[in-house]
Amino acid sequence: MRPGKEEPMADAFIYDHVRTPRGRGKPDGALHEVTALALAAHPLREIRTRQALDPKLVDDVVLGCVDPVGEAGGNIARAAALVAGYGITVPGMQINRFCASGLDAINFAASQIMAGQQNLALAGGIESMSRVGIGASGGAWAADPTIAIPAFFMPQGISADLIATKYGFSRQDVDAYAVESQKRADAAWREGRFKQSVVPVRDINGLIILDHDEHRRPDTTTQTLGALKPSFAQMAEQGGFGAVALQAHPDVEALNHVHHAGNSSGIVDGAAAVLIGSREAGVAAGLKPRAKIRAFANIGSDPALMLTGPVDVTQKLLRQSGFKISDIDLFEVNEAFASVVLRYLQAFDLDPAQVNVNGGAIAMGHPLGATGAILVGTVLDELERSNKTTALITLCIGAGMGTATIIERV
Amino acid sequence: MSLTLTQFHFEIDADGIALLTWDAPGRSMNIFIDETMKDLDHVIDHVVANDMIKGCVITSGKSDSFSGGADIRMLEAMAERARVNEKTLGADEANRIFFEESRSLSLLFRKLETCGKPFAITIHGICLGGATELALACHYRILSDDKKTRIGLPEIKIGIFPGAGGTQRVARLAPTADALLMMMKGEALKPDAAQKLNLIHDSAPQSELIMRAKAWIKQGGSPIAPWDHEKFKLPSGPIYSKAGMMVWPAASAICRKETFDNYPAAKALIQSVYEGLQVPMDVALRIESRYFAHILKSKEAKAMIRSLFVSMQALNKGARRPQTIASKKFKRIGIIGAGFMGAGIATVASLAGIDVVLIDRDEASAQKGKATADKTISSRVAKGRATEAERDAFLARINPTADYTLLADCELVIEAVFEDPHVKDETIREAEAAMGSDVIFASNTSTIPISDLAASFSRRQDFIGIHFFSPVDRMMLVEIIKGKETGPEAIAAAFDFVRAIGKTPILVNDARGFYANRCVLNYLLEGHLMLDEGIPPALIENAARMAGMPVGPLALSDEIALDLIFKIMKATQAALGDAALNPVQARLISTLVEKMERYGRKNGHGFYEYPKEGPKYLWSGLSALTTRNQTPDNFDVQELKDRLLMTQALEAARSMEEGILEDAREADIGAILGFGFAPFTGGPLSMIDGMGVQTFIERCDNLARKHGPRFKPPQNLETMAGSGRTFYAG
Repeated sequence: MRPGKEEPMADAFIYDHVRTPRGRGKPDGALHEVTALALAAHPLREIRTRQALDPKLVDDVVLGCVDPVGEAGGNIARAAALVAGYGITVPGMQINRFCASGLDAINFAASQIMAGQQNLALAGGIESMSRVGIGASGGAWAADPTIAIPAFFMPQGISADLIATKYGFSRQDVDAYAVESQKRADAAWREGRFKQSVVPVRDINGLIILDHDEHRRPDTTTQTLGALKPSFAQMAEQGGFGAVALQAHPDVEALNHVHHAGNSSGIVDGAAAVLIGSREAGVAAGLKPRAKIRAFANIGSDPALMLTGPVDVTQKLLRQSGFKISDIDLFEVNEAFASVVLRYLQAFDLDPAQVNVNGGAIAMGHPLGATGAILVGTVLDELERSNKTTALITLCIGAGMGTATIIERV
Repeated sequence: MSLTLTQFHFEIDADGIALLTWDAPGRSMNIFIDETMKDLDHVIDHVVANDMIKGCVITSGKSDSFSGGADIRMLEAMAERARVNEKTLGADEANRIFFEESRSLSLLFRKLETCGKPFAITIHGICLGGATELALACHYRILSDDKKTRIGLPEIKIGIFPGAGGTQRVARLAPTADALLMMMKGEALKPDAAQKLNLIHDSAPQSELIMRAKAWIKQGGSPIAPWDHEKFKLPSGPIYSKAGMMVWPAASAICRKETFDNYPAAKALIQSVYEGLQVPMDVALRIESRYFAHILKSKEAKAMIRSLFVSMQALNKGARRPQTIASKKFKRIGIIGAGFMGAGIATVASLAGIDVVLIDRDEASAQKGKATADKTISSRVAKGRATEAERDAFLARINPTADYTLLADCELVIEAVFEDPHVKDETIREAEAAMGSDVIFASNTSTIPISDLAASFSRRQDFIGIHFFSPVDRMMLVEIIKGKETGPEAIAAAFDFVRAIGKTPILVNDARGFYANRCVLNYLLEGHLMLDEGIPPALIENAARMAGMPVGPLALSDEIALDLIFKIMKATQAALGDAALNPVQARLISTLVEKMERYGRKNGHGFYEYPKEGPKYLWSGLSALTTRNQTPDNFDVQELKDRLLMTQALEAARSMEEGILEDAREADIGAILGFGFAPFTGGPLSMIDGMGVQTFIERCDNLARKHGPRFKPPQNLETMAGSGRTFYAG
């Protein structure tokens, strides 16, 4: 760049996307033996090798991670970049906006490119939930009365139940949604819709450790789900959180506890990366652009409902980008809990066929810091497959936030 | 070095162990006053300086108690001084002085704890508040195994929290969840419960306490508190640990659940523990002190200390009783009407050791009343709160009969018969014929003016109302109703009786509904009108509880019974004309009662449904009772809360204006004890004072514009605002 000269705003393009299969986030999960560092490095290395990328062209690696402690702590992005063979010149940073971290990593990298300060970057996320553990990084939000009391802190599942109660989603509604997520994920896997992006995780001898999303239960029916007990009723009663819910939303007489393991996102291990760059950087690296990152936004929302941020942030994003909801062909709304997606459909009066068309986190799992990047890749593959143009990706976020991004095929 | 003490005796035995006996002169119970702190400071210096002294045992010179804790008036005066200082010295300097003053007890206890010589404490009888905090700072604590002995930190009940190290030491001795619960409830513990929480070292017969404490010192008891050892570990581990995460999120949630975030002291308490457990003891105590000073100056603490401690104590001691008349003790009283209320009055009288002649129209009915009383005492026996022998004596004191002549040697007669003027008239005449010619007659009516009933009694000056609340054994308020011609002897006797049964009296001039019920009826009216406005019923009920009321207006309506409310409305209409009724409420209640036969909890159908199994729930048909159903987000919850409290506060102010009440303390205590009016406000008139009379009027005017003239403030408030006066001085 020449000093003193104003450049027009650059476009940020998506050039590639790779994710790991998602392993059950427990000691018996296939990826439990894989370190968080190895997991994070896997998609980075895959993009480098399959694009024959010259690491010297890469300006940054930005990875989302929600519990960046222990082996995932410090700054896992720098370590992963080195392990993935990017050499000493590629820096790395880890960011955290809870469940949207992977999407925020992409937006962050895109911002740098749009601002003309970087040319090519990798953005994505990593979460080894089986090894590090959900909530391992602690935080004042839940524990310090200074924030827990005024923010009406309650565990997310109780907020999800509050959303279901307040907006009128019954147990049948949420279970039916969960069954549909399983069916769509099953169809997508059987038709090989993920094969462009999911790269098996292998051991040092080249043997496959995992080549599919192992959380899925394609034979799920509303009958099998009907047998599950609500997960959050006891916690709401004994921990006092049910009372907190009613004080935050006093129009609710009593919580209807509808969520359980079968209609909530799965706890899994996984990582993902997206290659983002300017048009010039793509040309220099010999890459073919797949989509343009058109607009993105962040917002804070009611912390008690906690998970309705996607509605608020979508409204904000539409307002500031000039897109209309009808301009969007496909939506990815993270399936943290069934009621989150049902509320989104209700708020925008959407056709369910447009939303999460290949299933979501209820079927395949939600590796917290990585999911945002996974959703971008999933919907991009689907835009190409179905020959559509525009997609909106959004995730609900702990502590009451929302992040959303609009991408458009080029 | 000489030691001159005013609150303690100090002696040293042959083994070089000091015995410090706390015996505050001229008081039945030890409390912390400035002199106590000075004395204790000197004692610590003396013990440290004197090489002959190995250690010190602290005990009480009072035969049946250790101490009630700090003098609340000392704390009040401190807060008051701070308010004055703020004007003369500026906020910063006033705050600095106040902070130092308010932590002087905490620093003194820390000085004792770290003085280098072992202090042991022996506790027999009640030990509360600051005294418990003293005990926690001692290195060895032993309690008597007596059934009177209790140790506790009740500060939270008057809007403050343990601020002399209590939060830090309890949370370093007991598991966190137990520690928080103990201090949030403010309940005093028996020795075994205290030992289970690790708060004390041992318990023993009273006679052995000092010997045991001295033996502990002689055997080399350590003068170093556990938390001053480098390797000290918190009983529940660090806050940021798996175990900590099981406790802390729930602690905040339960705090909100129990307090609706209306009590800053509760929040400050858990905040002190949360922050304090992460730092060494001296830092922790400083943090606790910061919150303590902040809370001590809060308007909630001011209101609660004044109403729930100072006013309550004054009223209980008979502040409003005619002072010139000699007090009376009652050996035997007569109660006519053995229904639920009559039996309840008989119960509390017998519990106080008073013989009761319990009369009803036939002996079987009277026996039924005694059976009701039996149920109450038996449940106490079952819970271990009374012995079999106490029950036998209790029952022996109640004599059920249909024979009015047994009233002849009763020293007070109370009627609690059916609320019907004719039945009352007959009862009063029959009783007067049978009872002594100088004995006071009291009616427990809740709806009929006392002056009307007095017409049936020839000695009008000896006729009075003693209005109990249901259930009598649990409700602590009694309204003493003064009729037009009621004389001072009758008033004094009523006060003496209420004091004998351990309840709190307020003196009310005769008027329809007296005091408490008038406020309650306004509260119910507001709830009913909200329902008609289309406000979701759950929102009405939750807003009421969030405002600080124990029960929502719809649930309370069901408890009282909708048909009874309907009857009261008809009686009001008959006496005062159609204009006295709210037409919207009249339509709502008559629809529910007459068309739908929904009577409330009593028939299982009211605003709520009452299933045989499981909790009640709001009836789904309520939304069909109004055509104005609106979505929840159209309502400002704060305004709903304001309406529900302010309608009651306005009625309390009107009661003062109309002379139904003459003393603001009675309006406040009557409201808190009678119908659970948001205690953190200190009562309805304290709430007006706390808000500022002018602000209250402005908010009322706003509500009146939106919701009608029932929110128009009475003249007395306008006058007060004009002259800058408040209900309470200061």
